[in-house]
Amino acid sequence: MTTDKRKIRLATAWLGGCSGCHMSFLDLDELLIELAGRVDLVYGPLVDAKQFPEEVDLTLVEGAVTNVDNLQLARIIRSNSRVVVGFGDCAVTGNVTSMRNRIPVRDLLTAVYRQARAPIGEEALKDLPALLQQALPLHQAIAVDVCLPGCPPSPERIAAVVTALLDGEPVALDAAMRTFG
Amino acid sequence: MPVITLTINDELVSARSGQSLLEAIRDHGIDLPTLCHLDGLSARGGCRLCLVEVAGSPRLLPACTTEAVEGMVVTTHNERIDRYRRMILELTFAERNHTCAVCVSNGHCELQALAAELGMDRVRYDYLNPDLGLDTSHRLFGVDHNRCLLCLRCVRVCDEVEGAHTWDVAGRGIASRVITDLNRPWGQSESCTECGKCVEVCPTGALFDKGASVGEMEKESRFLRRILDGREKRQWRR
Ligand code: SF4
Ligand code: SF4
Ligand code: SF4
Ligand code: FES
Repeated sequence: MTTDKRKIRLATAWLGGCSGCHMSFLDLDELLIELAGRVDLVYGPLVDAKQFPEEVDLTLVEGAVTNVDNLQLARIIRSNSRVVVGFGDCAVTGNVTSMRNRIPVRDLLTAVYRQARAPIGEEALKDLPALLQQALPLHQAIAVDVCLPGCPPSPERIAAVVTALLDGEPVALDAAMRTFG
Repeated sequence: MPVITLTINDELVSARSGQSLLEAIRDHGIDLPTLCHLDGLSARGGCRLCLVEVAGSPRLLPACTTEAVEGMVVTTHNERIDRYRRMILELTFAERNHTCAVCVSNGHCELQALAAELGMDRVRYDYLNPDLGLDTSHRLFGVDHNRCLLCLRCVRVCDEVEGAHTWDVAGRGIASRVITDLNRPWGQSESCTECGKCVEVCPTGALFDKGASVGEMEKESRFLRRILDGREKRQWRR
């Protein structure tokens, strides 16, 4: 490996998803070690950065855009990243996160926070970011360059997409690796 | 039966007169995507995935309901056709609620497989998120309208093969729904013989065996050819 070559600045983000896609990323096992030699992980749930940085080469975005915070972060991600990947079905189709879409937001919040006998009640609502009327797939909020489907995408799929992008090659998953679900 | 000659993808091909374009194309070994079509059922022309280009026609024609005619010049695959097929799939996904990750048919669904095969990587249309229900009143089976693509295989197999005609369609356009017995709950149907043919031919997770969990619903639509060969040709095999 050439040491003078600038490392690729990689970010990951967690919007309206369950973190399962990030878990699958961790399942890359040995590839993670190889990746560590080629990339600087500059943002995401796996690192400590508070602000989404500038001049990111590649960002994997997990989750649908379901609240105003997601929307704001998605826009920053887009303006600061060269390549944006919709990482997993929630980002690509809305998936499980969007199953709320047929229920009006007010009814949803009532059922979950006002009426449910849960440890967290109505008082949480003042701190929560406001929900959008609909949970959106990422490409309906910002331009998305590559879709990486699966719930979660298998480590094999992640490896194929990330390796191709790092090598500057076109992403070409075969049909069996492109299915939703 | 008289033989006709037509051109498919720049190749001269013979077919039997009276065959559909789909039959002629498939007999020639070319793979054409279909959803509403099922070997053994009448042609419907509903899903539009089998669209092909026919020289002289400005619009694409569904191969399953177009008769193969002497001298036709047909193209089954090109950039334009692929683009339309992907758009049709996207509209299908946008119209109902498909959440493959939690669907009974995950991993065994014809719609899911076709989307991957034809390279539909995202849905560019707004999802309609319709508020649709589930009928699990039947002792053995359930219907989930969220996953139904109105291919009407269930309607046809029940009418044409089982002879019960339990299934029908109510409503028009976007409001169309498959119904049982003049829109009574399936469990109260007096015509349903509980044969399960509709479940087996349904290409998606819309019809399922009760108790099937995520990804557990595997269907086998080839039974249809088997029983029809028995009925029509007196050929019995397993
Ligand atoms: S795609 Fe699946 S694993 Fe990934 S965030 Fe959504 S629900 Fe979780
Ligand atoms: S019916 Fe098929 S395409 Fe629809 S959610 Fe189920 S697996 Fe996915
Ligand atoms: S229930 Fe299944 S077979 Fe019947 S129309 Fe819907 S998708 Fe087709
Ligand atoms: S297979 Fe021809 S329109 Fe559906």
